[in-house]
Amino acid sequence: MKMIPVSTRINGDEREFLCAPDETLLDVLRDRLGLTGSKEGCGTGDCGACSVMLNGRLVCSCLVLAAESEGAEVETIEGMAEGQVLHPLQRVFIEKAALQCGICTPGILVAAKALLEKNPDPSETEIRYWLAGNLCRCTGYDKIIRAVQEAAAEIRRLQP
Amino acid sequence: MKYVRPDSYEAASALLGEETGIARILSGGTDVLVQMRSEVVEPSLIIDLKHLDGMREIVTEDGGFRIGAAVSGAQLAEHEALCAAWPGVVEAAGLIGSSQIQSRASLAGNLCNGSPAADSVPAMVAAGAVARVFGAEGFRDVPVAEIPAGPGKTNLKKGEFLISIYLPARPERAGDAYLRFIPRTEMDIAVCSAGINLVTGEDGTCTEARVALGAVAPTVILVEDAASALIGSKLDDGALKGLAAAVEAACRPIGDKRGTVEFRTKTAGVLARRAAEIAYQRAGAKR
Repeated sequence: MKMIPVSTRINGDEREFLCAPDETLLDVLRDRLGLTGSKEGCGTGDCGACSVMLNGRLVCSCLVLAAESEGAEVETIEGMAEGQVLHPLQRVFIEKAALQCGICTPGILVAAKALLEKNPDPSETEIRYWLAGNLCRCTGYDKIIRAVQEAAAEIRRLQP
Repeated sequence: MKYVRPDSYEAASALLGEETGIARILSGGTDVLVQMRSEVVEPSLIIDLKHLDGMREIVTEDGGFRIGAAVSGAQLAEHEALCAAWPGVVEAAGLIGSSQIQSRASLAGNLCNGSPAADSVPAMVAAGAVARVFGAEGFRDVPVAEIPAGPGKTNLKKGEFLISIYLPARPERAGDAYLRFIPRTEMDIAVCSAGINLVTGEDGTCTEARVALGAVAPTVILVEDAASALIGSKLDDGALKGLAAAVEAACRPIGDKRGTVEFRTKTAGVLARRAAEIAYQRAGAKR
């Protein structure tokens, strides 16, 4: 199989890689670039554990061919904290115990951040609908929703 | 498998025409990649066209909207003029999948995937949308209603693919709506659905109507008898009963674990009634 050379920006850094034509962006992130924060749950776009931002849009990286990311801007969970300082969503998720096994957490954090950038003050219903594509099989959703609400309130206080 | 990004529509059509194996056009990939990963379809050629001119744009044209074949659901929902003119079409597209899927899924992809339960298709058929198809002889315009051929099949010829969907200009006092039944509130495939598009006169009498149904036949269907039941009425109870009866008469669904034949038939009539009432209200008419 002929390998395809791809240049992208991932979390602000120029990255180049070779991929197979049928390889997904998720596979490349995890297996070629060592960015294992994005998880593979279902591999068919149902669970959201592989959520990343592609050119400013929230996508399932398991449903993107790596070759499609040529010239694209990709943001993953690895780019969310600033150095050692966690993003408010990350910190509040820990404080409020909005996770158990943690497999769904990176995807939920990426998705929740995308929501808050679009809508800094979402209602509970809006949060639940926005996160409907992110499945969690242990925590249950209440703590996750409350953590998103609290982080949103904190971000709003910091950004007058 | 080969992945190709041709630099023109002509090159894409030639590649499609020459391919002896299974070729797929990649738009948002929300069906194609799922089918590849679950090994339902194993394409030998993937043609990515998203970078070509017009593919990701919504432009106004003769008062209507030309929507590129790779425009996502999220882009539709962000386009204020489109939402104001065709709320039913935008809402139908918005029902497909999660926020993640909305970032990629397109009207053209939903149409070409060929599912009888595709949410945006009844809304587009009701709207009288027209698909622009590119092939070896250049482009041709085909009503969206004529694209589906059966589950997973389209009437596109070898070498042909969609480049855009056109939603026509709206007259005054026009409204559309789409409703589907699913057994939960989000993230499911329609058990049955109805799209309604109508125009009323100044006194609120319905002058034009189109009624399309999803998931009750091998393809999305346009039901002219159901439209006739609305035309000339002010959507009084008698007209709505006539609409529901005509819809039920047109249904020929399968029965499966998601819904029996009887359930789908009856529910399609109820959804058509409710969608007609929303479309009527959107047209600004009061009974």
